[in-house]
Amino acid sequence: MSFIDYYKILGIPKTASEKDIKKAYRKLARKLHPDLNPEDKEAERKFKEINEANEVLSNPENRKKYDKYGKDWEHAEGYEKAEQQQRQYQQSQHQKNTGGFNEQDYSSFFESMFGGASSRTHSQRDSLKFRGQDYSAELQFTLEEVYKTHKRTITVNGKKIRLTIPAGVKNGQIIKIQGHGGKGINGGPNGNLHIKFTIKNHSIFKRDNNNLYAIIDLDLYTAILGGEITVPVFNGKVKLKIKPETQNNTKVKLKRKGFPVYKKEGEFGDLYITYQLKTPTNLTEEEIELFNKLAKQRKP
Amino acid sequence: MKGTEFISISDLCANYQLEISFFNQLHDVGLIEIITHKKTPCVSLETINDVEKMIRMHHDLNINIQGIDVAFNLLKKVEYLNNELNSLKNKLRLYEDDF
Repeated sequence: MSFIDYYKILGIPKTASEKDIKKAYRKLARKLHPDLNPEDKEAERKFKEINEANEVLSNPENRKKYDKYGKDWEHAEGYEKAEQQQRQYQQSQHQKNTGGFNEQDYSSFFESMFGGASSRTHSQRDSLKFRGQDYSAELQFTLEEVYKTHKRTITVNGKKIRLTIPAGVKNGQIIKIQGHGGKGINGGPNGNLHIKFTIKNHSIFKRDNNNLYAIIDLDLYTAILGGEITVPVFNGKVKLKIKPETQNNTKVKLKRKGFPVYKKEGEFGDLYITYQLKTPTNLTEEEIELFNKLAKQRKP
Repeated sequence: MKGTEFISISDLCANYQLEISFFNQLHDVGLIEIITHKKTPCVSLETINDVEKMIRMHHDLNINIQGIDVAFNLLKKVEYLNNELNSLKNKLRLYEDDF
């Protein structure tokens, strides 16, 4: 736990007036407010910092204490003990709301100097109800896992939540789970939980939206003479007829063999297969002779 | 229509200590839709997250209605661009080396 310079956070001198503090806080809050910076963790962290700085510096009593003990907060224990009794009495008298912030949103430095979030005063909003904080979580899946709808239990802030992950979820997609965020304040509704899905690359299949793409090796003889090969599709294997004289990089489309469409049961994208011609290696003398014969037939 | 699908403007006013004119102004600039349900002006429960976001902008940041309108339009653009970026990133994965 280290000393936090609240003046520096708000970009104001120690001589700043209450008006200056308010002005500096408002300016930074407009820039960093989570509602204006969705999914921006850095802005969220900074917003918590300026809130904490404002909590301390906009309250004359707290500011006085911070100015007096700030850098030497470790030696402020004696002062704290004397204050604690009074604070406990105040807490029992009235529960104050925290302006949409939880205990965990304050630094340990703050907790050490001013006690828990509930010990602060916030005269303007005493009776207001606030929606709890939104939580964000990230879940990583393999392509196989999101091919089928499945259930998963996750733990967010110590609470177990059972989720149904619909087939076809996309990489980077965010789903909102209503009411599973932070607890509402003064009886306000709970916040939401935002889950971001990250899907790992697959060794065979690449995915673009609902379509899958795969590169399949094709031997020289089947490519020239035609035939039948077995290719992998996502949920098994299929046999494909190869036309004679198939060229390298030929693409074929397998309808409805792609990825399930999100929240549309029974609908699938397509699978695009690209043939990659593999020429034989480690030729025997006889094979070389035969290839020479073929080459002579082609070259005049 | 079920009663739980709406939240009355008067409840919101009481809850957030706001004047009804605040919601009327949001309605006038097209940010919310005020629906009359059982003779009571209401907003749809589906839009409550956005409504609360507007209230927070007004309360916490002192942003006026015009400012909220601008911020919401820009946030929508950001959301659209983020989705576009995500979709392009996913497309780019097709050409990554680890195929």
